[in-house]
Amino acid sequence: MKVTIVDYNSGNISSVINSFKEVAKDKVHIEVTSDLNKIKSSDKVVLPGQGSFKSCVDALNNINGLFDTLNEFAIVNKKPLLGICVGLQMFADIGYEETETKGLGWISGKVSKIDNQNGKYKLPHIGWNQLKIVKDSKIFKGIENNSHMYFVHSYEIIPEDKSVVSATTDYSSSIVCSIEKENIFGTQFHPEKSDKIGLRIINNFINL
Amino acid sequence: MLKNRIIPCLDVKNGRVVKGINFVDLKDAGDPVEQAKIYSDGGADEICFLDITASNENRDTIYDVVEKTSKKCFVPLTVGGGVRSVEDINKLLNCGADKVSINTAAVQNSKVVVESSKKFGSQCIVVAIDAKKNGEKWEIFTHGGRNNTGINALEFAKKMEENGAGELLVTSMDRDGTQVGYDIDLMSKISSKVNIPVIASGGVGNLDHLVDGIKLGNASAVLAASIFHYGKYSVKQAKEYLNSKGIPVRI
Repeated sequence: MKVTIVDYNSGNISSVINSFKEVAKDKVHIEVTSDLNKIKSSDKVVLPGQGSFKSCVDALNNINGLFDTLNEFAIVNKKPLLGICVGLQMFADIGYEETETKGLGWISGKVSKIDNQNGKYKLPHIGWNQLKIVKDSKIFKGIENNSHMYFVHSYEIIPEDKSVVSATTDYSSSIVCSIEKENIFGTQFHPEKSDKIGLRIINNFINL
Repeated sequence: MLKNRIIPCLDVKNGRVVKGINFVDLKDAGDPVEQAKIYSDGGADEICFLDITASNENRDTIYDVVEKTSKKCFVPLTVGGGVRSVEDINKLLNCGADKVSINTAAVQNSKVVVESSKKFGSQCIVVAIDAKKNGEKWEIFTHGGRNNTGINALEFAKKMEENGAGELLVTSMDRDGTQVGYDIDLMSKISSKVNIPVIASGGVGNLDHLVDGIKLGNASAVLAASIFHYGKYSVKQAKEYLNSKGIPVRI
């Protein structure tokens, strides 16, 4: 089996690579590339993302054919794809960080700044917060409700169809932090930085 | 709910830990990778490396340390000390650091913070503020606390937030190494001045100091070095104590 981490200049992806390699050991091949043919021939794809919504979408669009390849992989061929942080946010139709930017449009909805209630809540939302599991997700196998995950973000995805939401977390309000829609998975938190429990989520995705 | 974080800090010099934990089962007390692993296994919410390598020729040793640590520890890793440029930040992130803390360079050239937060995202840019009280206000010190810039620490904190810092690591130079507790006044003033998280540092001698840093200083996270290094307390003990005082921690 081959799992590909898409390297599209979306910021720092070393930790994502390290964690997937740690979980995969020698059993699964972890590829890190932006090569379209290698992505097409993968069994699973991981879409990381750091920085702003706009910078990630721009970086993705800078690689000719990458958007179409990901679309074919996840929407046409329905193969498993995991978006992490801004990687998840990009699933939405539209994002409002820096300026209004079109997303991948896989999940109807938008990405907006977390309401900090006039400074009552610090942003970015940084640190360990708890998972409120609202729906059974394949990547939550062996993960207990209220488990701690590591977050760092100032924007949240707001899907129109709430049935795609698999978990939320409380910060200022109830924030969507995990999504499962058929073969598409996404986490707002960083499983690669969430210690053993995060590695379990990665393991669940690899073993889908 | 969001938990307050406990961050043990390790001083690294020429690729080796200075003042490390002395555990009997430790194979090599000077190995930063092994020390970081002990902390992350013990429940540390993040790990911080402060590179205090003085000579330029040995400066590259930190990259090797970061690379090895990031393959073993799966909690966030912050690296600071001697970070001069956007290129230095890029190199540390590529080696596996999750955040980079910038001290002197942030004061001398504010472009470093602006450019790096744009390029890599605010989430990985921590500005380290070393402040010392002078009369009624606090002033910024650089070069590991040796140079007084005369810059007002509160105003500087606000400016760094505007420049794109994701967090502030605030160290009281008056308290650092004294073990008498954080400068609570400084922490709470900076915390109320900015809307980004503040990490309190400098002066921890016991677990009540950690409690005060969060409860009175309004810090989102507390950083400590020597109380953990010398095995006075474990991270686990610290968390249990904070929990018993009603502070939300990840246990």
